[in-house]
Amino acid sequence: MMLILCPYCGPRALPEFSFDRPVEAITRSDADTATLVKTLFERDNPRGPSRELWRHTYGCRSWLTLTRDTATHEISDIRPLGGEA
Amino acid sequence: MTGPFRTTSGGWVRRDKPVSFQFDARSMSGLEGDTLASALLANGVSLMGRSFKYHRPRGVLSAGVEEPNALVGVGEGARFEPNTRATDLFLYPELNARSQNAWPSLGVDFGAVNQLLAPFIPAGFYYKTFLGPPRLWKVYEHFIRAAAGLGKPPHLADIDVYERRAAFCDVLVVGAGPAGLSAALASARSGARVVLTELDACLGGSLLGDPALIDGKPERDWINEVAAELTALGVRILTRATAFGFYDHGLVHIAERVVEPGEPPGADGLTQRRWSLRAAQVILAQGAIERPLPFANNDRPGVMLSGAVRTYLHRYGVACGSRVVIAACHDDAYRTGMALAQAGVNIVALLDSRDAADVSSDLSGRAGARFPVYANAKLLSAEGGAKGLARLKAQVGGRIETFEADLAAVSGGFTPSVHLHMQAGGALDWDEARGVFTPGTGRQGQVSVGACNGEEGLASVLAQGWRAGVAASAKAGFTRNPGAPPTSDEDRAIGAVQGFTPPPGADLKKTFIDPQNDVTMFDIDLAWREGYRSVEHLKRYTTLGMATDQGKTSNLLGLARLAHHENRSAPEVGLTTFRPPFTPTTLGVWAGEDTGFDVNLLRRLPLYDVHAAYDPPWQPVGYWRRARAYLRPGETLAQAGLREARMVRTTVGVVDVSTLGKFEVSGPDAATFLEKICATSVSRLAVGRGRYTFMLREDGLVNDDGTVWRTGENRFLLTSSTGGADRMAHLMSYVRNVLHPELRVGVANVQEHYAAIAVAGPRSRAVIGRAVSGVDLPRHMSLAQGMMADTPVLVLAASYSGERAFEIYVKSDAAVQVWSALAHAAAQEGGGLYGLEALEILRIEKGHVETGGEIDGRTSAHDLRLEKMLNPRGGYLGAAGQGREAFADPDRLQFVGLESLSGPIPEGSMLVSRPGAPAQGHVTGSGVRTLSEGFIALGLLRGGRLRSGEVFVASSPTRGVHATVRVCEPHFHDLDGERYRD
Ligand SMILES: [Zn+2]
Repeated sequence: MMLILCPYCGPRALPEFSFDRPVEAITRSDADTATLVKTLFERDNPRGPSRELWRHTYGCRSWLTLTRDTATHEISDIRPLGGEA
Repeated sequence: MTGPFRTTSGGWVRRDKPVSFQFDARSMSGLEGDTLASALLANGVSLMGRSFKYHRPRGVLSAGVEEPNALVGVGEGARFEPNTRATDLFLYPELNARSQNAWPSLGVDFGAVNQLLAPFIPAGFYYKTFLGPPRLWKVYEHFIRAAAGLGKPPHLADIDVYERRAAFCDVLVVGAGPAGLSAALASARSGARVVLTELDACLGGSLLGDPALIDGKPERDWINEVAAELTALGVRILTRATAFGFYDHGLVHIAERVVEPGEPPGADGLTQRRWSLRAAQVILAQGAIERPLPFANNDRPGVMLSGAVRTYLHRYGVACGSRVVIAACHDDAYRTGMALAQAGVNIVALLDSRDAADVSSDLSGRAGARFPVYANAKLLSAEGGAKGLARLKAQVGGRIETFEADLAAVSGGFTPSVHLHMQAGGALDWDEARGVFTPGTGRQGQVSVGACNGEEGLASVLAQGWRAGVAASAKAGFTRNPGAPPTSDEDRAIGAVQGFTPPPGADLKKTFIDPQNDVTMFDIDLAWREGYRSVEHLKRYTTLGMATDQGKTSNLLGLARLAHHENRSAPEVGLTTFRPPFTPTTLGVWAGEDTGFDVNLLRRLPLYDVHAAYDPPWQPVGYWRRARAYLRPGETLAQAGLREARMVRTTVGVVDVSTLGKFEVSGPDAATFLEKICATSVSRLAVGRGRYTFMLREDGLVNDDGTVWRTGENRFLLTSSTGGADRMAHLMSYVRNVLHPELRVGVANVQEHYAAIAVAGPRSRAVIGRAVSGVDLPRHMSLAQGMMADTPVLVLAASYSGERAFEIYVKSDAAVQVWSALAHAAAQEGGGLYGLEALEILRIEKGHVETGGEIDGRTSAHDLRLEKMLNPRGGYLGAAGQGREAFADPDRLQFVGLESLSGPIPEGSMLVSRPGAPAQGHVTGSGVRTLSEGFIALGLLRGGRLRSGEVFVASSPTRGVHATVRVCEPHFHDLDGERYRD
């Protein structure tokens, strides 16, 4: 079970969080059908680092982006959504 | 007194504390500290069970958790535990164990006739039989059913208590042998918080079976001193605690036995505890597991592992035989020989598979002075049966020799326990000379030390543990000087060579690799000839390593055999994945306290107690419960539901709808925001008005539905289904924070802040008039503020039932008074309470879609006949998704009504042209007409919107019920809403 370092709450266990989607699957609300299909469904499934959108749903409820290695679950670079420097 | 095979002194058992126990209804006596296996061996019992496929007699092979053969059922009634390893079951007073897979008795077993059928149960038997003609299965079935299964499951619910605990530490050390103790001591002295966990009842690991001097002290003194110091340093030491799973980010699960299997617990009832331990650093010191040798009848009682024989002698004071042949491929077996000879046991021969030149002359000289030692010697076969071993045949040089013996102590080398290392994603290295996998890089930084790292020699093992302990605490930030490491003079590699190959001429059909699943070397060979080249396929085809022991003693032998055929090295052939649990773990350990009522979190709504006073049948909904009906004496649930539904249609009913999702949305951009969430138009809603709405997922499918009310210019109330509320909360948060952070809007989840009570029926206006003051009755889909029981309430005029109806929203803490007032007023108007059954009957008759029924995550707005309500301006979430190709498929499942032409329409039944034909749809909700006769239903049907008038069979073959139905529009009551519109 993963241990995720919420920037607000500190290290918390996986069940407190919800995975939402890979960051690249965030689709603008005015996207047309073709773009939507491409971003939602036609994506690579890489083995290795993946940039992802999570939410600390059963904690502070904040939205977070993090880089998770899909092979090892190693998490690097976790930050609040929009906190990209 | 505790058995003829007990030695006169020594060991870790309490010779002054006899313990009486029963095995197969025979009363015997052992000693405190005995396992069931050691006590039975002391009593001269070597036959402990029958094998699961062929019912071959089996004795004990090992002295630890790897035991494949000696499985027993233990305990009484609800405490019965099958498949318990006799080697991992410590004696307690009145322990009652039964052997397994034997009928009518262990000594006389009719199932053993399966042995004669062995040629008919080869590798892949089940696959072949099920792929073959069905008649073959009929031939085999009678004896397979009798023989199948390992042990018998308990038939009563577990009555004991299990608990879970979470803990944290800087350094976790798994295993308290010499390596683990040394590591724990180094870490603790460095200042780290340490947990030391050991699956045995005693600390010491291999030292319990292998006396040695450490720091000049006998091993027992050293172990006790280390334990005392660790305790003084605050180390948490767990015994009888198996680290069975190593998960992500340093999480290790440990099953701690508070009492032994089948043993009645103390007053608190606690039997086992599961630790969820999060460790910054993990040191694995799990030791190694000795492997048996391949030869014919190597599964006979009396064939044991060499190290186990030594453990029984040193730890338990039990001599496992009186005339012993030792067979091995390394030096460690000589220690067994010397120990047994020292105890006065007759060593008939020591057979070493290596050339004489490969054995140190010192070792062979010392051993040869006490008993015959043969080089280049391999066991060929054992002879004997249920009563024990009679003789052994061996190939010695070029000749075949026969030895009279009652015990064969064998060893094919030691397999490092890499289970947890691999579970944690660690890599493995292959040691070709010894034929073992050793731990490679640990993905989570876990370190293996001692025998589980392939290390040999006590001094090296102690030093390695120490270094790892110092390094782990340093990584965790603790660098106090730990002093000097423990040392020993004993430090010798055992010079093992591979022991995988049976001598030429061995009968491979009787050469067992996996005795627990009765897999022979012949089975492996056959599977390979049939084309099974992948180790994963081979495993599943032959069932190698798939029994309760997970192949601890057998996997490597099978793998080596496959590698031999493939002419490749073992790592090229591959190793099957190690998955938790390391040893079988009872489900109670997982459940912990979460049994019965506590399985699910129950949240009580404000009116819970009011409903509970009626003792209604409950329906779990989300985190909550709802009353299904308020039964009158003698009524069935169906009768009560129909009575309550008719009451709503004819007079008035009051129902608690507090579980509905409720959100307050406010801010200057609230309307803009809601037009993104809702697929219907919202911004044109006047203040004080509401409307039905539904929400889509991004992919265009319907997500949920509810109502939206404009309570102020920039303030809205949005409801959703009970089960959809969490989903909607997440979705709204996503849209607000991720897609549109620029919108000035706030969303408050007020699901439990407000109770909601619906009043429905022709007399509902009168009820509101009686109960609510200061309010002009709102028109349909309008709202008004009022006062009830000195509390402000919100009155929404909305109908779910198809009758004129109102929903009263009130702060939760005033819900009970408001409910009482409404219930009282309803009674005065000739009505009463109704529950979920009536609500469902009314919904189906009115033809409303429901989340979880017709809104099933696969239906579109068009499928549900809602497309006319879509916001023509678009811009809502899911708008683009509806443009996908599949949405235009004319064969989509679409919302229909169904009228029965026969009897009741089975809930959940398939819509077919005739019984047995492919399903074209299904029934989502089955009901009746409330005010006339007839059975009706809602359903989803392929292309259903254009199929009104067609006739189908609503078929539930599993229940054997069918009804003939005609497709119709999904409205059975007041099509135009005349009963509630103004
Ligand atoms: Zn947080």
